[in-house]
Amino acid sequence: MTRIPPAALFGLFFTGLYFFMAIFAPWIAPYTMTEVVGGVWEPWSADHWIGTDNIGRDLLSRMIYGGRTTIFIATAATILSFTMGSILGFTAAVIGGWIDQVLSRFVDLVMSIPTLIFALVVLSVMPVTLPILILVMGLLDSTRVYRLARAVAVDINVMDFVEAAKLRGEGRVWIIFREILPNALSPLVAEMGLRFIFAVLFVSTLSFLGLGVQPPNADWGGIVKENKDGIVYGIPAALVPAVAIATLAISVNLVADWVLNRTTSLKGGRG
Amino acid sequence: MSDNLVAVRDLKIGARVFPPGEKPHDIEIVHGVSFDLQKGKVLGLIGESGAGKSTIGLATMAYGRGGVEITGGEVWVNGREILNTSLRDLRKLRGTEVTYVSQSAAASFNPAKKIMDQVIEASVHAGKFSKKDAEARAVELFTKLGLPSPETIGDRYPHQVSGGQLQRCMTALALCPEPDLVVFDEPTTALDVTTQIDVLMAIKDAIRDTGVAALYITHDLAVVAQVSDEIMVLRMGDMVEHGTTDQIINAPVEDYTRDLVSVRSRVHEGKPPTDNPVLTIENVTARYKGTNFDVLHDVSMELHAGQTLAVVGESGSGKSTTARVMTGLLPAREGRIVFEDRTLSADLAGRSRDELREIQMIYQMADVAMNPRQTVGTIIGRPLEFYFGMRGAEKRKRIEELLDDIEMGSEFKDRYPAELSGGQKQRVCIARALAAKPKIIICDEVTSALDPLVAEDILRLLHNLQQRENVAYLFITHDLATVRAIADSIAVMYQGRVVRYGTKADVLSPPFDDYTDLLLSSVPEMRLGWLEEVVKHRKMESAGN
Amino acid sequence: MPLLVKLLAQRIALGLLLLLLVSALIFWGTNILPGDVAQSILGQSATPEALANIREELGLNEPAISRYFDWLGGLVQGNLGTALTSGQDIASSLGSRLKNTLFLAFWAAVVAVPLAIFLGLLAVRYRERWPDKLISAVTLASISVPEFLIGYILMYFIGVKLGWAPTVSMIHDGMTLGQKLSSIALPVAVLTMVVLAHMMRMTRAAILNVMQSAYIETAELKGLSMFTIIWRHAFPNSIAPIVNVVMLNLAYLVVGVVVVEVVFTYPGMGQYLVDHVSKRDVPVVQACGLIFAAVYIGLNMVADIVSILANPRLRHPK
Repeated sequence: MTRIPPAALFGLFFTGLYFFMAIFAPWIAPYTMTEVVGGVWEPWSADHWIGTDNIGRDLLSRMIYGGRTTIFIATAATILSFTMGSILGFTAAVIGGWIDQVLSRFVDLVMSIPTLIFALVVLSVMPVTLPILILVMGLLDSTRVYRLARAVAVDINVMDFVEAAKLRGEGRVWIIFREILPNALSPLVAEMGLRFIFAVLFVSTLSFLGLGVQPPNADWGGIVKENKDGIVYGIPAALVPAVAIATLAISVNLVADWVLNRTTSLKGGRG
Repeated sequence: MSDNLVAVRDLKIGARVFPPGEKPHDIEIVHGVSFDLQKGKVLGLIGESGAGKSTIGLATMAYGRGGVEITGGEVWVNGREILNTSLRDLRKLRGTEVTYVSQSAAASFNPAKKIMDQVIEASVHAGKFSKKDAEARAVELFTKLGLPSPETIGDRYPHQVSGGQLQRCMTALALCPEPDLVVFDEPTTALDVTTQIDVLMAIKDAIRDTGVAALYITHDLAVVAQVSDEIMVLRMGDMVEHGTTDQIINAPVEDYTRDLVSVRSRVHEGKPPTDNPVLTIENVTARYKGTNFDVLHDVSMELHAGQTLAVVGESGSGKSTTARVMTGLLPAREGRIVFEDRTLSADLAGRSRDELREIQMIYQMADVAMNPRQTVGTIIGRPLEFYFGMRGAEKRKRIEELLDDIEMGSEFKDRYPAELSGGQKQRVCIARALAAKPKIIICDEVTSALDPLVAEDILRLLHNLQQRENVAYLFITHDLATVRAIADSIAVMYQGRVVRYGTKADVLSPPFDDYTDLLLSSVPEMRLGWLEEVVKHRKMESAGN
Repeated sequence: MPLLVKLLAQRIALGLLLLLLVSALIFWGTNILPGDVAQSILGQSATPEALANIREELGLNEPAISRYFDWLGGLVQGNLGTALTSGQDIASSLGSRLKNTLFLAFWAAVVAVPLAIFLGLLAVRYRERWPDKLISAVTLASISVPEFLIGYILMYFIGVKLGWAPTVSMIHDGMTLGQKLSSIALPVAVLTMVVLAHMMRMTRAAILNVMQSAYIETAELKGLSMFTIIWRHAFPNSIAPIVNVVMLNLAYLVVGVVVVEVVFTYPGMGQYLVDHVSKRDVPVVQACGLIFAAVYIGLNMVADIVSILANPRLRHPK
């Protein structure tokens, strides 16, 4: 077994911790999401480890539930963008021709509008519900995955070993799954980490702007929005989600980096 | 050491390597090499890849490329030791006293600047010549090197001249500051043979006329024999043999040198064609998708069981395209491909699995011809499974037999391609082709990426397998020595046409057509004075016309 | 030069075509998606009469194609329509806000671009040593934190705890340039941090790429000094990639502006857009969306044009 480098260990630990809290939120959180248990913006205490929020709810409990929402939306959007983006990207690369042209030009078009702006435009007419949020985020982000998957697959598709498989008479399914996919995996896995981080940041931003998760439910971005007025009075409650988002994003990044290094070194040989 | 221009003593060079999955560490790549070079002499450094010849060449400028570092020994140039000199003094040496000509002039010229500016830059920068004098000297060198319109070629940008011309410009760049020593690092390797001979002659004349000393680095002994006074043979960072060119070529002492000298002399006795060709290409014309010109014009040839047809030509002649048409990757526009007695579909998609099985292919770059994520066993086993439905023990047994056939043991079954040497990789590709039990194997430049001794082994293996399996080879190559070593029949291609076709004996004996004559006479021969003879012969011919 | 002119003309035409298609996409995105605009404006409990009224007002009873061309025709003449919520002319309310946004983005660029290029060069100079590693670490951290959080962190520590800068960035025409600049100090700092890391890293990669070329080795072997090599050989070949990096990041900055304006309640276009998305004021959203997209497309086009102009193969064809 290769030793796991400390940076990756740190990443794995925090990623694991956040996912664990997200899954077991109801058992871990000391209070519920919505009950008012104290005064407005109480400081840290034994009862409320990181204080209370703008209307006196336990901030730790809200953070745990909020993390659950953030992670759930980001994971779902990433899965959606990944499945769509990579399947379409691989298909375009292997089949080529007009299918590739139509898909690629459409993706170019969507990508010529900044993601946030496009999301705002769409959300201005759509009811803001969790499924809609996930769908909008996933579909917009799948354009990025499509580009990467297609670029990687096009590179691999012109390699002699793929040509050898075609000459042998192998079908498209074999070529995509047995020849291309194993070689495209490491860039895609690293990209998955980045896409997940992007999704976390994106849903947080939307919620912060009031266009994401709607009250009384809240994700980390929403918690910032609720508590932002405290900042000018010197109350740092709004900064707590900052730490959470940043540590989650950095951790996932470290894990993705490690996976990428590990799989690329595999490619170089198992000596 | 004062009478020597260059004196190298016990030179040791190290490099930092980054093996995957391991910590980076330092290794030694040159283990104590010594030599002297007098003014106006040419020393050839020869060896296979990894011999350390380029590294030694650059050491005469106290330069290490990438992670390479000179770790020990002495290098004296013009009476002073340069390894322990300040960078400031080194800059005075580099580019004026010692200059460098690289393998790829196309990459070594700055794309954003005019050729003239780059040729005179070092001389002017060092204050050796005024801009005007340097330009006059450059034009003189352009003329000497046989460049077209020498007065104005300097005003062009690098991408505006051809590869052979740019290589000569690079030689002018190196000679412009009147250096004492020029390091030529494989200056003709990237060129086609017919271009190589012109550049080689230009370099040789320029060396003679300017009286400069040179280190000529190459892997091609026949080339270095034409230009150098002495030759040093290197292997894995050690000197094997050092002597006059005459001695190395005609009376080598070491076994390794003898192998290098004799490597290209293998000759295969050609067989006459049989009555029933196994595959016939009839009047094929083809073009690439989205273009409006044909890359193949009316190409016809035959393959016979147990025989090799060599397709020879320079880059762009259409030889690989012919293979693509044969396999159906590039459907022919006109003409037919007949296998035994049936016409094959022009398009790959229209051929049956069994028809595909009968034509297998081996590629030039073995490392990209194998999926890096599959083991050798999987790579060889897939055709068995796919064409013959073999599974389990039966398949395993056959894989072991095939590994035996390519002279590798069954322990290689679980290795990944990255763990194999270049020659081993190519062997695995051969085994994959054999696994399909084909009647035809297309070999596309299969030995050109390999060192000569390894290439020789692969040719011998291919020959033995052909004897046993009675398979027909279509052997694509630009190298005529390889053709002599393996072909029964030859097709010479030029600009998408077959310009000469027949048995080996016929194609290689006069009278020749113009192109074949040019091609054959351009192939360097391993004897002294060959270059002068050819050039003289050509001059007489053109005078006769 | 005809090849060059042709390529430039093609690229500009492509930009305009893209803009046209984007306008169609934005229109489609706000009109043809499932759900009725009128319904989403008024909510589920709206009376049929109210729905009919608003549909009439929005012209929703006409076919989408003709509404699109009406809208497009208006755009070409500078008529962006009227806001549903306030009934005001969108073009006149946008004017001053656009100016404010550009003011903010301009100063962020003035600070960020030279700083990023300088730090990028520094990272190349001290490659694999501590300044380079520090820059990598900062990059990792900064791509992991959303813009609004950087905003609040700065606001909390610099604005509130240290009291060095105002936490709310109000500007109006009566202010002097100095007052304006001090007012936007924090948002400029945030925007700078948002793009700096990316720009630094990409500049580093672009220069390293050039420095690893064979012609740089040739220059070294000519005995030129490091400065001469960088100035004469690396620089001319680095212009195009660096301009590309800068343009891509300015495009990114335009998006960052939206969030930062909300954080500092800055009277710019971003805040105007976000306000009207919440109010479901479709004509305003369409107009703002299109302007943001146009700036983004324009910057990307400039990057491509510089690449074309800087390519010696295109400038000096065979």
